[in-house]
Amino acid sequence: MPHDHSDHDHPHALLPPDPALRVKALETILTRKGLIDPAALDEIIDTYQNRIGPQNGARLVARAWSDPAFRAELLRDAMPIVEGLGYFGRQGEHIVVVENTPQVHNMVVCTLCSCYPWPLLGIPPGWYKSDAYRARAVREPRRVLSEFGVTLPQDVAVRVWDSTAEMRYLVLPQRPAGTDGMDEAALAALVTRDSMIGTGLAQVPG
Amino acid sequence: MTGVHDMGGRFGDGPVLPEPQGIPAYTEDWHAKALALTVAAGALGKWNIDISRHARERLAPKDYARFSYYEKWIAALADLVVKRGVATREELASGDPATTADAATAITANKMAAALVRGAPASRDSNVAPGFAVGQAVRTLRPAANRLVDGGHTRLPNYAAGARGTILIYHGAHVLPDSNAHDLGEAPEPLYAVAFPASELWADPEHPGDEVILDLWQSYLEPA
Repeated sequence: MPHDHSDHDHPHALLPPDPALRVKALETILTRKGLIDPAALDEIIDTYQNRIGPQNGARLVARAWSDPAFRAELLRDAMPIVEGLGYFGRQGEHIVVVENTPQVHNMVVCTLCSCYPWPLLGIPPGWYKSDAYRARAVREPRRVLSEFGVTLPQDVAVRVWDSTAEMRYLVLPQRPAGTDGMDEAALAALVTRDSMIGTGLAQVPG
Repeated sequence: MTGVHDMGGRFGDGPVLPEPQGIPAYTEDWHAKALALTVAAGALGKWNIDISRHARERLAPKDYARFSYYEKWIAALADLVVKRGVATREELASGDPATTADAATAITANKMAAALVRGAPASRDSNVAPGFAVGQAVRTLRPAANRLVDGGHTRLPNYAAGARGTILIYHGAHVLPDSNAHDLGEAPEPLYAVAFPASELWADPEHPGDEVILDLWQSYLEPA
């Protein structure tokens, strides 16, 4: 069997140790070689800073709470819906929506790296990428949830989804009580980023 | 054995520190630049996402542990550009590149925007027929390891090796990272979401009804 020679030769050590200087050095080299267009870098940064974020996922959730047929279709096959709304893209090529119920609470992690549904939630928060979350979410999800202020009753089962492939999971949180008659825009405001990762619940109005 | 990145189930990392909702995507300017550089360099087509992930896993364990998230990205990118012939060690060391025949291959901002929207789906047609049905009992291989390249990339975590679970979803055929990360071709094969009772994975599970679900390729599984 061929071997993967990973025990030596780390060219990154040739760059300056300070991370900001490292990035700058690499950017300069690739730009001067004509391999990177600075305007393309700005395009990428702007996309994930301003155009993509949890508001996309929140709109999906609010609509699912308001429209039972939409909800059923979203849970059955999210991709045509996601594409139709223009929420398709890098790190969101294969979206699966999983539903919280009074019996089951879903929670998403990527223990091996940091896989996350970018087009629906944006760039992941720091804690999602942290060693503590990656290590512990699969083994002690309830203790991790308690660190987010969430305590689940003993009759609710936890399903932790470890994103080991290119499938990206979005949690459909339960609709909070006291929201009858609210329109989709008002409902979307109750849908937090964490509630769609499964480390939080949707906010209660008021 | 897998590598330092495979930390699912590990003890000793301390509490998770939640952040307020709605924080900016990047907390430092260089984080944004590191992400953008990684995405833009990936668009050159000199490597695929599995090679890119594997480059982060190949960092020395002591570097993986001490580097912050985007430091890992940028270190792996530096290693990759040398390994894949995009830049030389001398250019990295001097910061003074020679322009190359690759000049003018840079992706423009317009094309980049289109590429971000287009993404890169991993689903493929495959001549490997699904070997398992939804509801079927399966067992993961043990040890968790790449079966094509010793010490290579795999997406079967250590904590789930040798565990008995049930097929929950058939996702269709997807590119096999164990092959694609090593220039051995995409080798698409059936991919499944497999549900494991917590008691199958942990000595002291929190709750008897809890489950962990992993997406696993057919070659990671055998009938149970």
